[in-house]
Amino acid sequence: MLDDLRDLYQEVIFDHNRNPRNFRKMDDADRQIDGFNPLCGDRLTLFIKFSDGKISDASFQGQGCAISTASASLMTEIVKGQTEEEAQHLFTLFHKMATGEPVEMDELGKLAVLAGVCEYPARVKCATLPWHTLDALLQGSEEPVTTE
Amino acid sequence: MNQSVENLIAYDVEQIRQDFPILDQEIRGKKLVYLDNAATSQKPKSVIESIVHYYENDNANIHRGVHTLSERATLSYENARKTVQKFLNADSEKEIVFTRGATEAINLVANAFAEKISVGDEILITAMEHHSNIVPWQMLCKKTGAELKVAPINEQGELIFEEFEALISKKTKFAAISHMSNALGTINPIKQMIDLLHQSGIPVLVDGAQAIPHISVDVQALDCEFYVFSGHKLYAPTGIGALYGKMEQLEQMAPYQGGGDMISVVTFDKTVYNKVPYKFEAGTPNIAGTIGLGAAIDYVSNIGVDAIAAHENSLLDYAVEQSKRIDKFKIIGTAENKGAIMSFVLDGIHPHDIGTMMDHQGIAVRAGHHCAMPVMDFFGVPATARASFAMYNTHQEVDALMAGIENLIEMFG
Repeated sequence: MLDDLRDLYQEVIFDHNRNPRNFRKMDDADRQIDGFNPLCGDRLTLFIKFSDGKISDASFQGQGCAISTASASLMTEIVKGQTEEEAQHLFTLFHKMATGEPVEMDELGKLAVLAGVCEYPARVKCATLPWHTLDALLQGSEEPVTTE
Repeated sequence: MNQSVENLIAYDVEQIRQDFPILDQEIRGKKLVYLDNAATSQKPKSVIESIVHYYENDNANIHRGVHTLSERATLSYENARKTVQKFLNADSEKEIVFTRGATEAINLVANAFAEKISVGDEILITAMEHHSNIVPWQMLCKKTGAELKVAPINEQGELIFEEFEALISKKTKFAAISHMSNALGTINPIKQMIDLLHQSGIPVLVDGAQAIPHISVDVQALDCEFYVFSGHKLYAPTGIGALYGKMEQLEQMAPYQGGGDMISVVTFDKTVYNKVPYKFEAGTPNIAGTIGLGAAIDYVSNIGVDAIAAHENSLLDYAVEQSKRIDKFKIIGTAENKGAIMSFVLDGIHPHDIGTMMDHQGIAVRAGHHCAMPVMDFFGVPATARASFAMYNTHQEVDALMAGIENLIEMFG
């Protein structure tokens, strides 16, 4: 009955929601920042550690829907080992994908499982909240990020 | 046979559904099941037609021209005021002020009371208020130096009456209380609350936004100073609502906004304000919406608020009973006296996911904090899903709701 929903809720998303990766507090993080979606109450804290000009560790904590939890989980996996510029570039690509702009899907790797979200305007912010939070962190902000 | 049983037997939900054209449609290939009535209700044909009729035949500005259209528009507008007066059993139609909705009505009163409140005073509300009955009072407190006091609720989402009573003191200068909670469905014992507040001479505003489609209101019996509601939850258009205020209160109150229609004489030196209620209705109002509100009240009154409530309560009882078969299902707000609102959470599934997955089955429920973040904090949830029932919902739709929830639980695995 809900087969058509599989475009949005792919099995990978359920997997990351059930067992989010890097879901932990990082006591020795170089930077941390809060992200908040006032519309639905989703909130997360993002922790990042740098070494040799690269993101050496990324983790998060918080509560959110399956889409935002999976998005944060996938994001913390993929940005590890990237330079700030690479992570920023990925944010730009991800944002384009989530809002339905044309984008080279190969560059997005497994983040492509979230492509279906562009068909659900009310849910785009769920997927982009972790990325907006990362973007603000990389730009040196310490203020909580909101999607509104 | 008592009246309510007679009404229930005579209640023909299929006939009522015929009056709501919007219900007859499919969403994503499935029959629409609209269960977001606490956010806004659908509109019957008679309301839609009253607006069309007004714009096609009578449209003109009110309280000014002497021409025929203006007279017709004015008459229709003022008739709606009488309709609201009768619906609330106010003493005079002059005690009815049209506003954009409950929110504007509360802001109007809070604004007027700013003159009477000062440092050290207290405003009393409850922990189950909608943001619209919190924020205007916070703003008033900030402006005046008064303090906002919040009467707590228990785990069922009921007001703890003794604690409410204990918060009343000589410092309490105003109370603003919800008749029925939009997030929990709790119906407050407002008559006892008002009587108690009046023993200390405290004026009371009742936020009836959620109660108005479910509970017969008699403002004279309640004896509240103010009662506010929004039309759109009462099958009327958005952007129209009303403030009831006792005449002695309204006469003392400063205008909310300045402009046309709220004046009797204007010179550059000074302005003489118009009489109540026009003093509070600056500018050209929502004439069509007001006429639509009158038509909605006529429609509701024809069926009867008590008959509607009996039908909705039977849907709620059925939904609560059916939900017991779903292990992960937890109802938030289990007050003994509650209206047809079922806020719920599913263990391990976020309400936003519930909302999207229900929509895919044609079922409209609300997912979010319901403009009541403090209530969410109290229950330790970021949000809830909410099914809320109206006069046109059916037991089959409750079945569809439950089947939809079981489907999504299965999908989540």
